[in-house]
Amino acid sequence: MSRQLWSFHGGIHPPQYKELSNQRPIAQAAIAAELVIPLHQHIGQSAAPIVEIGAQVLKGQEIARAQGYVSASVHASSSGTVIAIEERPIPHPSGMSAPCIVIATDGEDRWQKQPPVDGHYTEMEPSHLRNLVRAAGIVGLGGAGFPSFIKLNPTGKVIDTLIFNGVECEPYITCDDMLIRERASEIVAGINIMRHALQAREVLVAIEDNKPEAIAAMRQASANANESGIEVVIVPTRYPQGGEKQLIKVLTGKEVPSNGLPFQIGIVVQNVATAYAIHRAINHGQPLVSRIVTITGDGVKEPRNLEVPIGTPIQHLIDQCGGTTGDIERVIIGGPMMGFAMHSTAIPLIKTSNCILVTRKPDQPPPLEMPCIRCGACAEVCPVELLPQQLYWHARAKEFDKTQEYDLFDCIECGCCSYVCPSNIPLVHYYRFAKTEIWSQEREKEKADQARKRHEFRLSRIEREQFEKEARLAQKRAAVQQKADSGDKGEADKQATIQAALDRAQAKKEQQQEPPKNTAALTPAQQRLVDEADARRARLDAATTAASNKEAE
Amino acid sequence: MLTAVLALTALALVFGLLLGFAAVRFKVEGDPLAEKIDALLPQTQCGQCGFPGCRPYAEAMAKGEADINRCPPGGQTTIISLADLLGREPIPLDAEVGEEKPKMVAIIDENICIGCTLCIQACPVDAILGAAKQMHTIIEAECTGCELCLEPCPVDCITMEVVPQEIFNWKWPYPEQQTEANKA
Repeated sequence: MSRQLWSFHGGIHPPQYKELSNQRPIAQAAIAAELVIPLHQHIGQSAAPIVEIGAQVLKGQEIARAQGYVSASVHASSSGTVIAIEERPIPHPSGMSAPCIVIATDGEDRWQKQPPVDGHYTEMEPSHLRNLVRAAGIVGLGGAGFPSFIKLNPTGKVIDTLIFNGVECEPYITCDDMLIRERASEIVAGINIMRHALQAREVLVAIEDNKPEAIAAMRQASANANESGIEVVIVPTRYPQGGEKQLIKVLTGKEVPSNGLPFQIGIVVQNVATAYAIHRAINHGQPLVSRIVTITGDGVKEPRNLEVPIGTPIQHLIDQCGGTTGDIERVIIGGPMMGFAMHSTAIPLIKTSNCILVTRKPDQPPPLEMPCIRCGACAEVCPVELLPQQLYWHARAKEFDKTQEYDLFDCIECGCCSYVCPSNIPLVHYYRFAKTEIWSQEREKEKADQARKRHEFRLSRIEREQFEKEARLAQKRAAVQQKADSGDKGEADKQATIQAALDRAQAKKEQQQEPPKNTAALTPAQQRLVDEADARRARLDAATTAASNKEAE
Repeated sequence: MLTAVLALTALALVFGLLLGFAAVRFKVEGDPLAEKIDALLPQTQCGQCGFPGCRPYAEAMAKGEADINRCPPGGQTTIISLADLLGREPIPLDAEVGEEKPKMVAIIDENICIGCTLCIQACPVDAILGAAKQMHTIIEAECTGCELCLEPCPVDCITMEVVPQEIFNWKWPYPEQQTEANKA
């Protein structure tokens, strides 16, 4: 029985290059001497460190705790000593630094004492499961890294379809493919946990038809698990089918609204690697401390997939794949379509990094950018049915309000338009530029509104203070006037006041003439001491007088 | 002939009354144009334009008493959006009022501050916290970088620093044109 499939608009068929890295089994990466674990590895707020420099940490120990709702904890990915908590370059297109916890590993890779597993997941409340997933620091491993516990919260909606994304449509990347081939039964265990948390009616696992081994493994595992509800769906290979909204369209025919989320139409999409991580967390009590990464490209000697502790420097991984082959042009994190070039290979691997693509310097220089000839090829391939050409013209002219009219923020930056552009225009770069400019303008606008509010408040406060001061003065003036008006009586008042002041002064004087109070009530013993002291003082005085008299003589 | 004159007079009266009523009934408080202009200004409240704050400058522009190129913190971006709103041609920033600078924030050297409160009184957005003979400090998130606190400080303990570029406010650079010209 085969399921009806739909199709999404556009898309491309770039060369796959997947055979480069899927010929070797997944290997464990050696522990690097130093792990650099960024506190911010996903969308949302950074985690706050809970260890200090010099602390001994064990593998799996929580070292930074989630802050706020959209956030995930961070764990030590191997045992060792925290040697620094400082800014280090992280995988980000800017090449900038962000706070990281640096661990010098001891090479023993000792796990912390595993907390007892709280029984079988089927006996757990979905909310408890979500708390466990949150504490395990699990984020979506497909790319954006949205904290997974949020996507396990249906917020009162009925989830019809829970989709597991094993599409992996981007060229070169094979980490999900290899994970399914080798660990399908663990993935199925994770799928069952997530289905329980979401109470989903239907569970689909989507895999592209260019991964027959993975399809077979997944079918076998779901049959073994004796779970009738998991359906493995084979989808025809096309880029960017792995995009969340594109995959939903293909599998269900439904469209996620612009600016909307899939759960609004009763669908949740999770990556297969996330299911694997959730299985490790719930059934084994192991937080997310490693992930499978594809190290590939014509620039590495032995492209393959490695299971890598989070925070391992990229250079360490390239070295484990036999090093580089001659002149390297770029090291890209992510795939060739959506990834970005890194500024250095000292950058650590984070939870959302699925691929390290090392490219060799091409024999001929890249083709030059030419003017747009308005051919419209970009609009034909756009999976979101935008007008990439219009977006390009407006972004180029910095007309950001116009780009928003053309729904710039629906762009998923898949790169299809740039791929087909006969003039080699870096279209996605223009869209990314426009998006960050618009965000920056929005931030500035917010700040300006705040400043306006504060300035207006200040002006009104100054006015109010002025008004109050005048009112006070007027009151005083009125009081003085009243006194002046009352004539003789005023004079008598004055005399009385003077008399009262004189009396007060007199009383004070008298009080001062009284002996000091601290010698008023003395015990006989104290009195004796005082007398002795007085006598001593008198003797001393007499002696000094005598001495000075003598001198005078 | 007479009918026509009468009819037109009657119509004129009716419409006159109608317009007169509408003018009173639907009177708009404040100046909506000044409001719109004010929304485009950066609200630094620095007074570099020669007016005591952004709002007075906006009102002057609405009345046509001031040109649109007198706001250095807003720079060329603000001039372009003002030109757009007012249907004018964008012109370069008036060099007389100052030059466009990157976003700044004031920093008080707390070792030197004597707690005189003069800067607190000068700050247009109440972004300085402190009291007499107590150390003062800037609430950086509220500081507009107007520099009005620099001048009154008797011990020169306030400096302006460029707002640092961080990951959250990083922007993709404008794509460079890979043409034959700049390749060579």
